[in-house]
Amino acid sequence: MTTTTATQWIEACAADDIDEEDVIRFDHDGRTYAIYRSPDDEYYATDGLCTHEQIHLADGLVMDHIIECPKHNGRFDYRTGQAKGAPVCVNLKTYPVRIDGDKVLLGLA
Amino acid sequence: MTVSTTPRDYSLIGRDTRLAEENGLAAAQWYQCPIPRKELKELMKRSDGPALRDTAIWFATLFLSGLGGYYFWGTWWAVPFFAVYGILYGSASDSRWHECSHGTAFKTRWMNDVVYHIACFMILREPTVWRWSHTRHHTDTIIVGRDPEIAVPRPPDILGILLNLFALKSSYVAMKKLLLHATGRLNEEEKTYIPEMERAKVYWIARLYLAIFAAVAIWCFAIGSILPAMFIGLPTLYGAPFVVIFGLTQHAGLDEDVLDHRLNSRTVYMNPIYRFLYLNMNYHVEHHMFPMVPYHALPKLHAAIKADCPKPYNGLWEAYAEIIPTLLRQVREPGYFVERQLPDPNKAVPHNHGTQFVSVVPAE
Repeated sequence: MTTTTATQWIEACAADDIDEEDVIRFDHDGRTYAIYRSPDDEYYATDGLCTHEQIHLADGLVMDHIIECPKHNGRFDYRTGQAKGAPVCVNLKTYPVRIDGDKVLLGLA
Repeated sequence: MTVSTTPRDYSLIGRDTRLAEENGLAAAQWYQCPIPRKELKELMKRSDGPALRDTAIWFATLFLSGLGGYYFWGTWWAVPFFAVYGILYGSASDSRWHECSHGTAFKTRWMNDVVYHIACFMILREPTVWRWSHTRHHTDTIIVGRDPEIAVPRPPDILGILLNLFALKSSYVAMKKLLLHATGRLNEEEKTYIPEMERAKVYWIARLYLAIFAAVAIWCFAIGSILPAMFIGLPTLYGAPFVVIFGLTQHAGLDEDVLDHRLNSRTVYMNPIYRFLYLNMNYHVEHHMFPMVPYHALPKLHAAIKADCPKPYNGLWEAYAEIIPTLLRQVREPGYFVERQLPDPNKAVPHNHGTQFVSVVPAE
């Protein structure tokens, strides 16, 4: 039997809470997420902690489509979660995001 | 201040490693001075310009001083040229590998990587090993049993420090590790911070380094002169003094096992020539607190947070007026350390001193 879990859309923030080419932290249900606004005004979301040493990515620097961990220069493509090289070896988990009016909604399974 | 302890175990696989983990000092949350996000973002922004300029000056002065040394070889006039060449090769490379390891010197990643590898070779620091050890140093700065880069464990090895003015002890250790790595092995401590997937790189680079040194040695024998080694290899030794002179100011004599870089690091004002050689690492509290701020933005970061930091040292003399007597005292009294005065002690992270078995006693 196959079970499908419906995506639950959670209001994370207002669209203009995030500057272009920036990131904010969003905590929900005991987990932490990072919500990004890219230079081309698209929104993305990933797990909030670096896969290397559990540092909050929301304190890092967004450069184009890369988020850089503020502690050790670990870099990920926040659109895909792909780790871009040492010291990060494990990809970030990504989440769907949708804009509803001026709200940013985060899709959680 | 003096803390009486049983002797510390500075290895990464010993008693103090376990204690650091049990006491929540490993990969812990550290104090950060408050700074608005927008301001920090501006400070973290990358640029190729400053590092291209500084690297061009570095290579140009290396070339010109090397040329002078070559031209005057066999006369005393070669000495000042090789002194300059050596300092640029053996000392200035320290801050270059360091900045590029953080990926902050240049905006363009391959530029960081190229300068990183050149500078690592110059200072005889294996690039993969040091990238990972430095990562740990930033996670667990001066946490005994966790930080592989504690330059002055207590009690201090004064002879070792003096030998390292010409990189004698550090190069001996580095050569032993090169030989180990070239045979496809790591030591037990290195295994704790270098992931499996990175280890093949360690072994191949160690073999490459040894091959370069062997080639230089053969060249010297072939021409009956040490001149080739004066350019490649020996400057790591004869040019090393500023690695120690600058490097000791970073943490030596300060507290251990505290989760606040203001208590275990120093910011020392330096003149522009020193800051060029050292790429602003004299702003060491700032660097540790916000390691993704490029070296060229550290003076601005310093201005932004200095009200929340201990008073900086006004030059190397002031720093060494504290460091030298402290290290000498630590030889007899390993629990002694310099306690930095915070502007607002109520905002300090409590002292942990790492272990359950220490007792704090009043300073003399």
